[in-house]
Amino acid sequence: MSCHAPGLVDLPAAPRIAGQLRTVALVGPPNSGKSTLFNRLTGLRQKVANYPGVTVEQRYGRLGGIQRPDLTLIDLPGIYSLDSYSEDARVAVDVLRGTMPGSPQVDAVLLVLDSLHLQRQLMLAAPILALKLPTIVLLNMSDLMELRGGVVDTLALAQELGVPVAKISATRGIGLEAITRFLGQRDALLEGAPGGAGRLELPVVGNARSYRQWATGVSTRTRYKAPLSPEWTRKLDQFLLGRITGPLMFLVVVVGVFQVVFSLGLPFSDWSQNLLNGLGDSLGRHIHPAWLDSLLIDGIWKGAASVLIFLPQILLLFLFIGLLEDTGYLARAALIADRVMRVIGLNGKAFIPLLSAYACAVPAIMATRTIENKRDRFATILVAPFMTCSARLPIYLLMIAAFVPNRPLLGSFFGLQAAVMLGLYVLGFLAALLTARLLKSSILKASSAPFILELPQYRLPTVRSLGTRLVDRGSVFLRQVGTIILAVTIGIWILSHVPLHGGSFPALAQSVVGRVGHWIEPAIRPLGFNWKIGIGLLSSIIAREVIVGTLGTLYGSDPETQQLALQQALHHDLTLGGAMALVVFFAFAMQCASTLAVVRRETNSWRWPALQFAYMSVLAYLAALATNLLVSRFF
Amino acid sequence: MAVLALNQLAVGQAAVIHELQLPEPVEHHLMHMGFSPEARVLAVRRAPAGDPTVYAVDGMEIALRRETARSILVEPVARAARGQGKS
Repeated sequence: MSCHAPGLVDLPAAPRIAGQLRTVALVGPPNSGKSTLFNRLTGLRQKVANYPGVTVEQRYGRLGGIQRPDLTLIDLPGIYSLDSYSEDARVAVDVLRGTMPGSPQVDAVLLVLDSLHLQRQLMLAAPILALKLPTIVLLNMSDLMELRGGVVDTLALAQELGVPVAKISATRGIGLEAITRFLGQRDALLEGAPGGAGRLELPVVGNARSYRQWATGVSTRTRYKAPLSPEWTRKLDQFLLGRITGPLMFLVVVVGVFQVVFSLGLPFSDWSQNLLNGLGDSLGRHIHPAWLDSLLIDGIWKGAASVLIFLPQILLLFLFIGLLEDTGYLARAALIADRVMRVIGLNGKAFIPLLSAYACAVPAIMATRTIENKRDRFATILVAPFMTCSARLPIYLLMIAAFVPNRPLLGSFFGLQAAVMLGLYVLGFLAALLTARLLKSSILKASSAPFILELPQYRLPTVRSLGTRLVDRGSVFLRQVGTIILAVTIGIWILSHVPLHGGSFPALAQSVVGRVGHWIEPAIRPLGFNWKIGIGLLSSIIAREVIVGTLGTLYGSDPETQQLALQQALHHDLTLGGAMALVVFFAFAMQCASTLAVVRRETNSWRWPALQFAYMSVLAYLAALATNLLVSRFF
Repeated sequence: MAVLALNQLAVGQAAVIHELQLPEPVEHHLMHMGFSPEARVLAVRRAPAGDPTVYAVDGMEIALRRETARSILVEPVARAARGQGKS
């Protein structure tokens, strides 16, 4: 993806020449079609990062879409007002005033307003125009507005506001030449002319009530007539939010998404894992010296592969979440799920991310961006890894097959093995539930922000917007998460290959990792684990499924168990209590560097992933201890 | 007409917002979403579980929980008056 290469899109850093236009900010309320316009104007030449110290995403790109690649466009978070009560609004104010560290001075503003709800959207115009920056007002979705019988006098509006006003359609790319013209005029006006002609009269008291009165006045004087809302959205809602049909359709959608991600994503992940590992093996074994070969193939290549195999699932999940969001169904799903989610102190918007976490916590945590309330979002991020993700399945399947007899419980369909498996799913769910309650009644106690859910009209998603989203999320994952995982993988590889014995690598048990495994044995003995399991636990800090491979290596090189298959070897070496304690440990423990990395990114601090890791590890230890004691006593 | 809380508004019934009794930031946020005094609001439907309720205000549909709607006071508009133009 060369379009994301650093250097292609960089924020202007050199001191400004007076009057020269360099940085343009895109401002608008949520759901005004701002992101669509941003993608239209920049093409794929964009970059996503976090603002320093906050969790708000900083997104910028070159205005290549309208032949002005010399200009940088900064996309500000969607805001209703400049009241500093939300983090998004604070960031927007700081960027616009030029007081945000690492963000350049803004020279001009593109203010996007949804013309379908212009009266309400105009409330944002007042505080933005008060900033006195050169501004153009873009009435988005004006084609839809006119189609549905809406009217607005743009000339009158331009006179009222004292700035140029243009009707555009971001989805269809109509009217964008007005932006080019506006930027061209700003270029011509050297020496930084003041923004806005003198005609503008803004409310003196900057509060919601006065902005509202002002907006009502402006929209009346510009003869704004709101379009009729399409009848079919309400008709569709009668079905999709119906008393019986609503929950039914909700289940169909949820089960469908889940089924596709599992039945399509999981085999695809396995397939790409095999392909990558096979490719690595055939690529390697030709590199000299041998240690370099091992570092490159066993360390770096396999580390990179462990990241890449998540990609199919992540992209599939984001495709579905994107479809749900763009069609407008996501808001309906949140409405239906809200009553249930409230029980654990979260709101309906947390449902889809938590559901996604059953496939993989990484996209789930990235999907929490749809939750505006920061505390709810953090609580969701912190509990998501308890959901039984697909990386836990290999160790569950191995231990259950080795230790649990397949006795039928309810006919031939539901046996003891399935019951234990289901029990582990329930265990993870309960842990998430209780943790959410705990968080919401302590460090993440609900803020005063109420649950306000806007139900957008149903729309057909465009391939363009879905595609951009996939490229965007995929590259964020690869760049930011991949680098951390790679570092951890290389670190673990080095620790399992030193100290050298006469120039050759030590056996795993003699390496630093192996010694630590021995060293922690007293601590994990009460759980029914031995040092081999200890090494497995250490190695699986990168990713849960790694433990199966590690145990295979360890038991494979032990002369006592060399002749046995891994299942028998484990059966021979562990008690039932220890085996059950191990799966319970995996149900609770945070054994996943990818998740830690993505939590770090989404919360923009190491504090939260550290807290999460500590909490989940302690919980895992205690639960495993209890399991071992109980199982050893009663079975 | 009598003033009642927004959550008491029956589905299909319209009302005019009278007053918001919420902490100032929440009140401002709701006003930006369209829930401001003198605005016309219609209870559109309840979620399948009975809560939250979807309200139409300012040409938008917005769902509020009962706990929030309780603090918004409205004056119901008589059903018969609906056809006779807006007052």
